This record gives sequence, C-alpha cells and structure tokens, in this order.
Amino acid sequence: MKAMLIARRELNAIVRSPMGAIIISVTLLINGLLFYNMVLTEKLLSGQVLEQFFYYTSGPMMLAAVALSMRLLAEERQNGTVILLNTSPITDAEIILGKFIGAFVVLMIMVLLTLYMPALILVNGKVSVGHIAVGYLGLLLLGASVLAIGIFASSLTRHQIIAVVIAAAILVPWLVLWKLAQLVDAPLNKFLNAFALHHQNFRTFQTGVLRLDSVVYYVAVTYFFLLAATKVLEARRWR
Amino acid sequence: MIEIQDLYKYYGDRRVVGPLSVKIEKGQIVGLLGLNGAGKTTTLRILACDLLPTSGSVRVGNVDVVENPELVRSKIGYLPDSPPLYNEMRVSEYLSFAARLRGVQRSELAKRVDDAIEQTELGEERHQLIGALSHGFKQRVGIAQAIVHRPELVVLDEPISGLDPKQIVEMRDLVRGLRGEHTVIVSSHILTEISETCDQLLVIRDGRIAAAGTEAELFSTLTHGMRIEVTVRAQPAEREAVFENLRQVVSRLSGVSDISQIDPPEPGGHWVSALVVGESDVREELLSALVSAGLKVVQFARSENELENVFLSLSGAGERRARRGARSNLRSGADAVEAV
Repeated sequence: MKAMLIARRELNAIVRSPMGAIIISVTLLINGLLFYNMVLTEKLLSGQVLEQFFYYTSGPMMLAAVALSMRLLAEERQNGTVILLNTSPITDAEIILGKFIGAFVVLMIMVLLTLYMPALILVNGKVSVGHIAVGYLGLLLLGASVLAIGIFASSLTRHQIIAVVIAAAILVPWLVLWKLAQLVDAPLNKFLNAFALHHQNFRTFQTGVLRLDSVVYYVAVTYFFLLAATKVLEARRWR
Repeated sequence: MIEIQDLYKYYGDRRVVGPLSVKIEKGQIVGLLGLNGAGKTTTLRILACDLLPTSGSVRVGNVDVVENPELVRSKIGYLPDSPPLYNEMRVSEYLSFAARLRGVQRSELAKRVDDAIEQTELGEERHQLIGALSHGFKQRVGIAQAIVHRPELVVLDEPISGLDPKQIVEMRDLVRGLRGEHTVIVSSHILTEISETCDQLLVIRDGRIAAAGTEAELFSTLTHGMRIEVTVRAQPAEREAVFENLRQVVSRLSGVSDISQIDPPEPGGHWVSALVVGESDVREELLSALVSAGLKVVQFARSENELENVFLSLSGAGERRARRGARSNLRSGADAVEAV
C-alpha cells in the first residue's frame, strides 16, 4: 500500500529533523511538570489522580499534534516536493492517509512515553489497567482528531505559520463550546456539549468509561477532516 | 505516443494554454521552446497529470489524462523546473522511495536504482545527503527520479537552467542518452541550449504552437534559406576589389539570393567579410567555389545570431519589445502633455 511508503518517509523525516525531537521533548517536559505541580499537589484518590493526569496530558498533546501536522503538506508545497507525489500513480486520499499515519505514529510514541506517570500511580495507588487503557485510547483519539484538523489546515497553505493559525481558528472555538453551553438553554446546550471537541466527549475516557458514541465522535471528526484535506488536494488540480 | 487535441487551460479568466494540438511520436526527443509565461510549464504539468485541463483531450500512450490519470502517471517521469527533492534523504534512499511510489516491485528495486544512478553518473554521490549536493548534482538526482521506473515518457522542464557550461554539456549528453528507450520532452526558453539535443522543436507562444519541425525546417520557415558569414584575406587597399571578386564568384552560384558586406569578426585584421544568403543549405558549393576562385578563406560559418533570431521572432519576443516600446512612448507622450 503506497500510503505506508509515504507514512514511513514522513516518520523518518520527523525523527531525523531537530523539530521532531524538540516537539517530543518539550511536550514530555510540560506533561511532567503539569503532573508534578497540578496533579500530585492535591490530596486525591488514585483514580482521581489518574483522571487529572489524562486531563492535563491532553492539552500539551493537542499542541504537539498541531506542531507535528503544520508542516505535513505546507512544507511539501513550499519546497515543491508535492509535485513528486502529485505526478506519481497514487491517489490524493493515499497521500493524506500516508501523511496522517506517519504523524500519528510519532504522536503515539510521544503519548506512550508518558506511561511512566500512570505506572507510578498504579504502583503506589489503586487503579485499574482498564482505566489506564481507556484513558490512553481517548488521548489517541483526541490526538488523531487534532492531527486531522492540522493536516486540513496544512493543505490550505504553503506557509506553516498560516497553517497553525488556521488550525487554531478551528480548534479554539471548538474547544470552548462547552463554556458556551453553560450560557444557553436546553436543548442547544446539550447539542453544544455533545459537539464540543474536548469537554463531554473526552471526560468519558478520562474517567475510564468507554462509550461508543465518544469513539464514533472522534473517528468521525478525524475522517471528516482527512476527507476535507483530500478534497483540497483534488481541487488544486482543477485550479 | 502523445496526442493533444484542442487543449485549453484557464487560470480563472486568464487563458494560459490553448488552443493547442500536437502529436509526438514514440522514441523522439522533442524540445518545447517558449519565452517565460508562454505556457510551457502548464502544458507539461497537464501532461504529467499534476494539473487537469480546462477542456480538450490529452492522451499519453492512448490513455486519457482525465479519465485514467493514475495509469498515465505510471507511464511518465517528470522533472519540474525545481527538482522535487527531500534534502534530509540520501540519494539512493530517495530514488528507492521515488521508484516504489511509481510502482517498482521490491525485487527489482535495487537494480532500477543502480541503473538510474549509473545513467546519471551519481555513483560517488549515492550515499550523500541530497541537501549537501551542488545544484548540478541535484538536477541529476531530479532526472534520476524521473527515469528510475523506466517510464515511456520523460518530461523535463528546463533541466539546463542554472547549470554551468560544463554541466550543460554533460546534461545534453545525459538527455541524448535517453533517446530510444524513452520518449523525451525537454522545455527551455533558450533555443541554442536544446536545439542540438532534440529531434523536433515545438515553439510555443501565448499558449499555442507557433511553429513545429526540425531545426532546419524552422529556419526555412522563417528565413527562407540560410545565412552564411564568409571572411577572406585582403590587404586594406584591396578590400573593395576582393569583395567585388567575392560577389562575382557567389553570384555565379545557383541558390544564392543575396550577398552584402559586413563588419569583420575581429577589428584590425587584413580581411573582408560578407553575409551570403542562400535559398537552402549551399555551404558545400559556396566553399568549393571560393577556394577554386583562389580566395583565401579564413573564416566560414553559419551566422551565429541566426538561431536566436529565428526563435525570438517565432516566440514573439520582437512583438513584446515593440509593445514595451509603445508603452514607454505613450508614457513619455503623457509626460509631455502634463509638462505643457
């Protein structure tokens, strides 16, 4: 499958570039500091500590996902290398999928490198492995959604900074929808809560509850933005 | 091999290419010539399935670029004006990636990469990072990625631009080496750079084919013959007499339409120069007539400027200059009105 070729090249490019190492190390550092200063300072039950860990890990991880995705297509266009992909017998969907998989593997490695923190809770407290697994599944699903949004933003421009601005313009309002939900009446508040990218949908994973609707929600968001990015690539040929 | 029928490409309301119709036979090296903005790159990008045409049909090996772009892409190797290279990859690693992307099987991969490296003489650079290579070598890697999957059609967009004279000669040899196994289209805005390499030239002007044919055919289309510069030895006092003698010898030849005295190629010498206009290639007959008449020929060559002049007039550069001149006249006229 040619998407895997692109994924492998993308993975190598991220790993070899100093940017990849900087993104991973800074994210892990922030995660560690948040865990130490925000989570471990309160007297909580170990299950609550784990919940807080997933909550505080999700923020830096979303920033890392935007940072990883901003260059994926914008840089290819800036350097003119996108022509190699565009003139090869490969579909636009495979290009986008390859880029997504490459960046997602890096994100996955980064997220799994935080495992030492839940492991500490597991050793010193009383939490279930299931709670840890569901929490990580939530982190990865949220990360995949943000990556897809970042790839879509990156497909719209040849400048990485503009890609970040576009991604932020999509993400920030979407993330604070739950706040808006507090200001409006039913049934609109229910819709906003269900539609918000982080609040209600992520909380289920955070608390160790695996809900199918939340899984479907993140998968749908990821699919929608990857499809949108594919359509942007296709539309460029019709310019 | 390639059949383009009534191709049009618009960017918004602006027509960039069209109407353009052309047929290119298999195994040929074809030069696509035109000034910057004439529509060369857009035409090549449509051929390479990077862009879709607004209307018209483009078929490569009997496959339509709109109906089955993926199949067309597998038949094509494309080098854009700026080679699509990943600087963090090594040469052989990049070529393997490009080959796999174009569908080369894993079992054949090593051989295909080795062949492309050998053809482009990149043996010593194969383990180097692409980012560390000079412009000339990057251009070679660009060609190597275009031929690594042995495509039927190789499309090279200005492969010679930015190269030094030695690299230009090497690049010409490389492109010539592709003849036979591949059909090659090379674009350039400088005629002399590719006229020696190509079997056929297509001059593109304002998105249309302004002229097509071999180099000699293009000459005869526009110049109706050939211009030859002749320089013969003559003492300063004898110059007029020698030129008169030259004129008589030349006028006895059939197929010569005109002769006129021109400035000698180098000042201060004891010689006289003339420009002979032949209706066809009369170089052999002219030289033997001059030698038989006892004239001491010191220089004999086809007019050097002729090649570029033909291209400039076909590509419309003269008109562009005239338009610029008219605009500047208009401006100076407006300034004069303002001054009054």
